[in-house]
Amino acid sequence: MSARLTVCHECDALLQEVPQAEGGGNAICPRCGAGLYRLGPDKLQVLLALSLSALILLLLSNLFPVVGLNIQGHQVETTVFGAAGQLWRDDMPVVAGLLLATTVLIPLIEMLALAWMLLPLCLGRRPPAFVLLFRGLRLAQPWAMVEVFILGVLVSLVKLSHLADVLPGTAIWCFGALMLVLAVLSSLLDHRVLWRAWEAAR
Amino acid sequence: MKWVSAADCGLALCEVCGRVENAAEHACCSRCHAPLHRRKPRSIERSWALLLAAYVLYLPANLLPIMETRSLFGVQRDTILSGVAFLWNSGSWALALIVFVASVVVPLLKLLSLSLILVSVQQRNVQARQCARLYRLLEVIGRWSMLDVYVVAVLVALVQAQSLATIAAGPGVLAFGAVVVLSMMATMAFDPRLIWDAASTHEPVEMNRESKRTTKT
Ligand SMILES: [Zn+2]
Ligand SMILES: [Zn+2]
Repeated sequence: MSARLTVCHECDALLQEVPQAEGGGNAICPRCGAGLYRLGPDKLQVLLALSLSALILLLLSNLFPVVGLNIQGHQVETTVFGAAGQLWRDDMPVVAGLLLATTVLIPLIEMLALAWMLLPLCLGRRPPAFVLLFRGLRLAQPWAMVEVFILGVLVSLVKLSHLADVLPGTAIWCFGALMLVLAVLSSLLDHRVLWRAWEAAR
Repeated sequence: MKWVSAADCGLALCEVCGRVENAAEHACCSRCHAPLHRRKPRSIERSWALLLAAYVLYLPANLLPIMETRSLFGVQRDTILSGVAFLWNSGSWALALIVFVASVVVPLLKLLSLSLILVSVQQRNVQARQCARLYRLLEVIGRWSMLDVYVVAVLVALVQAQSLATIAAGPGVLAFGAVVVLSMMATMAFDPRLIWDAASTHEPVEMNRESKRTTKT
């Protein structure tokens, strides 16, 4: 097909593609108002840097405790894994799995796949298993819920504050930073950029 | 101005990589080999099925306790609403409001508005722009309902094996998590292009004023 035509994924309108050079911002579907694609130069290196820092932050936020409690000199702390483990012991394996998947596993898979794809693409090579990973990335995307988790931690801190001294853990700051990195990443990441780079690479 | 849809021209957009392909010539995308569909297959049926399951679970999610606090004073069972009431009474109004909106209002509103979209598409009586905007909103807010599941998870992990109390997760959490996941899946199963298909048989014109705007910075 000619490269000039594009189709809106939400309303199926056949549209003329806006030339890439035309400044920044997003192209919007004139019929339904859906965001179509990003305009402006491809920033593969920026995306790679962001996904790598997201990986590091993800690692850190699971090493350190998310919150701590001080009940009459008695110190308790928990990590995400600790919380999932406790749910598992409480006969709630599905909820434990949901917690682990949405806050750790899916963001991890997402960022690993992204880094794996971007690293060779930056060097002008086609990464192995690109198509498979790309489909995985698309599937995983809606299920990463780091920002919701942070709000959940804050709510539980307030709920516990009448019971004991609550101590926000190191990981909550890492999660906060991770949330910001992921937000920037998702605003910059356009699937067309990956495929364009893939077509240009060998 | 009447919009030309890709399906009318025999074109299909690859759902995976976004390539525009001739649907008559290719059964699969020539770039990423994903199967091509002009519309998501059986989108309305799958969406209804997931949605009905979410409706069924919405009741236990709100009626069953989401956590059980065992202390010296006995066992206290909290539902989502009593958790909101607790936050409200302890003076955290903003947070009570956030939890109430995220856990009670948003899930119900989500189920109702997706039903509305499905019914109006099936009746072919659609206000396309409003429906599309509503659907986009559903995609964004759906995830925030997971809030209460996380709150329970953190509370359960922290309040353990102390002299004061222990908190255990109740069956309501399971139902609640299932409602969130099912309604997200129902939203994803629905194909928003059906809104515009239904609208274009109904009222083909009326889009003139917007047609020149193609980019926004
Ligand atoms: Zn559109
Ligand atoms: Zn494709």
